[in-house]
Amino acid sequence: MSQTNGREFWPGNELIAEAAIRAGCTFFAGYPITPSSEIAAHLALRLPQIGGTFIQMEDEIAAMGAVIGASLAGAKALTATSGPGLSLKQENIGFAMMAEVPCVIIDVQRGGPSTGLPTAPAQSDIMQARWGTHGDHSVIALTPTWPHEVYVETVRAFHLAELYRTPVYVMVDEIIAHTTESFRIPTDEECGIIKPRSEYPEARVNSWRPFCDYFQGKHLHITGLAHTKEGYPTTNPAIVHKSIEHLVYKIVDAQPQIERNFEFMLDDAEIAVITFGSPGRASREAVLRAREMGIKAGIFRPITFWPFPVQTIRDLVDRVKAVVVPELNLGMLALQVEKSAMRREVLIHRVNEVGGIAIEPDRVLATIEEAQRGI
Amino acid sequence: MGFDYSPWLRPEMMPNIWCPGCGVGIIVKSFIRAVEGCGWNRDDTALVSGIGCTSRAPGYVDMNTLHTTHGRALTFATGIKLVAPDKNVAVISGDGDAAAIGGNHLIHSCRRNIDITLVIVNNGIYGMTGGQYSPTSPSETRAATSPYGNLDQAFDLCNLSIAAGATYVARGHVANAVFLERLIKNGLQHKGFAVIEVMANCHTQYGRRNRHPDPAELIQFIGSRAVPAAAWAKLSVEERSDKFPVGVLHKDTVKPEYTAAYRQIQERAMERARQTAEKHAEKEKSKPVTQA
Ligand SMILES: Cc1ncc(C[n+]2csc(CCOP(=O)(O)OP(=O)(O)O)c2C)c(N)n1
Ligand code: SF4
Repeated sequence: MSQTNGREFWPGNELIAEAAIRAGCTFFAGYPITPSSEIAAHLALRLPQIGGTFIQMEDEIAAMGAVIGASLAGAKALTATSGPGLSLKQENIGFAMMAEVPCVIIDVQRGGPSTGLPTAPAQSDIMQARWGTHGDHSVIALTPTWPHEVYVETVRAFHLAELYRTPVYVMVDEIIAHTTESFRIPTDEECGIIKPRSEYPEARVNSWRPFCDYFQGKHLHITGLAHTKEGYPTTNPAIVHKSIEHLVYKIVDAQPQIERNFEFMLDDAEIAVITFGSPGRASREAVLRAREMGIKAGIFRPITFWPFPVQTIRDLVDRVKAVVVPELNLGMLALQVEKSAMRREVLIHRVNEVGGIAIEPDRVLATIEEAQRGI
Repeated sequence: MGFDYSPWLRPEMMPNIWCPGCGVGIIVKSFIRAVEGCGWNRDDTALVSGIGCTSRAPGYVDMNTLHTTHGRALTFATGIKLVAPDKNVAVISGDGDAAAIGGNHLIHSCRRNIDITLVIVNNGIYGMTGGQYSPTSPSETRAATSPYGNLDQAFDLCNLSIAAGATYVARGHVANAVFLERLIKNGLQHKGFAVIEVMANCHTQYGRRNRHPDPAELIQFIGSRAVPAAAWAKLSVEERSDKFPVGVLHKDTVKPEYTAAYRQIQERAMERARQTAEKHAEKEKSKPVTQA
């Protein structure tokens, strides 16, 4: 990490690790996997310096278990992984959803299926994050693009985890993780709320079970089984039904507070480029060039990917004549946009890349031009 | 006067899910007596489990309890212990939970020598799911998934734990609860990873298929096979077949305990960070003041 004139040069993964520390994270458990490994390495160095704990576990399942245990014992806890590791963590992530254990999961996405492309960028886990676990529950997943945003959103992930008592994903890709860029460390104000767990009384209503950590004198029982408000197992259909609705709606109902999008030149846009994560960079360049050519294009980029900004996108698609969706998979975001837009007769032009390379601005621009010709 | 279990149990959780005569009850009672014998209070103690009949135990015991996912109890317990090294953390697990799906975590917890006490209830079968063979089912065991007899060789969980680096390894059985209590108590007091394997009865799923349908008879049969560790050393290979050694089988007080060792790393890291910050501050001070 280096610094000149108030601007810092950090690779994305180190930046995420430092942002976690800024947010008050004192515990990390992980298992090495490219392209996320530097987050672990950096925290192995940094956490003991602040009296925190780093542990490299025997696999991703173990790492997720340790994170949940650490959180229950009172720490703000973090893990970081990538596609295959995320698959392994899913059962315990489901436990954290069910038992309402706050924690943060960084997913540096890589190409799949299976071992796929370990060292190349992809955006192939976005549906895995949403649907990877069994049972009904909501998910919060953040998909920042630029270093400053990555930092702020990592900090916000810890806040959201505490507030809604749930695991929160921060999902980036190899381009963001491994690019060393100049950025300015966000101020306290830009970072948003940072406070210890004990100062989240409002989280009480977002918690189905008793709101307390271990060793605080409450002798809590915490289980992944369906449970009563006292935390004890139950099979009473009415209670179980209500508790699962609680897991889903505590986040669905809070969408207005959780939703955060990036909008660029959309006011008069006829073509909306809807994208997320690192393709947002190529899209920015493409839109600027399109504007020079007189094409009215703009960008909409969900920073909160889950819960998905359905209504916001529906309203946007109503206003424009065509939509371009660049993404590093074969249409996971496009599918969500289609679902959100419902009956609107707007053509969706896709720009997809699954070869492990970035989407270049030229490709986005060419698609914008094609969309313009069709208007 | 008998031991009063009531302060240690959760009446709102009763009745329990176990079959009448199940060995898990004997083991949980021994565990409670052992914890009290250590003079520990409930608030400073956490009991963690995975999934299985055995793993329902924490629900009934009034302390900080955690019922996790199948096989993963030790990983959750590790997270708790790392954040709260001054608290007491114990895990109770079935043999399938601990040695099949959780086998990897078992060996690595032994290797780390983290100060957690693991009680493994070895009933040689998967009780909860209806009597499938487990990694500790003796060869030729009849189980729901081995109708012609189990082909696999059984794990010796104590030997496995010793080889993997656990620093207190003991074996007890359900036919001698007083002896078991002592083994668990010593394990709880041991600073390091302690494994207490308990040979237990599941007459419902194991016994019914293997000529021991009666719980009392099965408990007696298990007791008749137990040989104190000192006597075991003198047995011939033939005499050992069908028997198992009980007592403390391994104890090591030299190997460093994980959380204590980590504390030293923290101290070193904090000291080095402090020195770096000091040096940095000094450099800043000696810089010439430039006029903007
Ligand atoms: C991931 C996963 N796989 C399988 C199961 C089903 N399952 C529940 S308990 C159990 C085995 C229980 O056997 P054991 O650990 O020996 O405990 P016991 O019931 O005999 O006490 C299994 C396979 C599960 N809950 N989760
Ligand atoms: S099935 Fe076996 S292990 Fe489970 S409660 Fe019944 S006797 Fe105990």
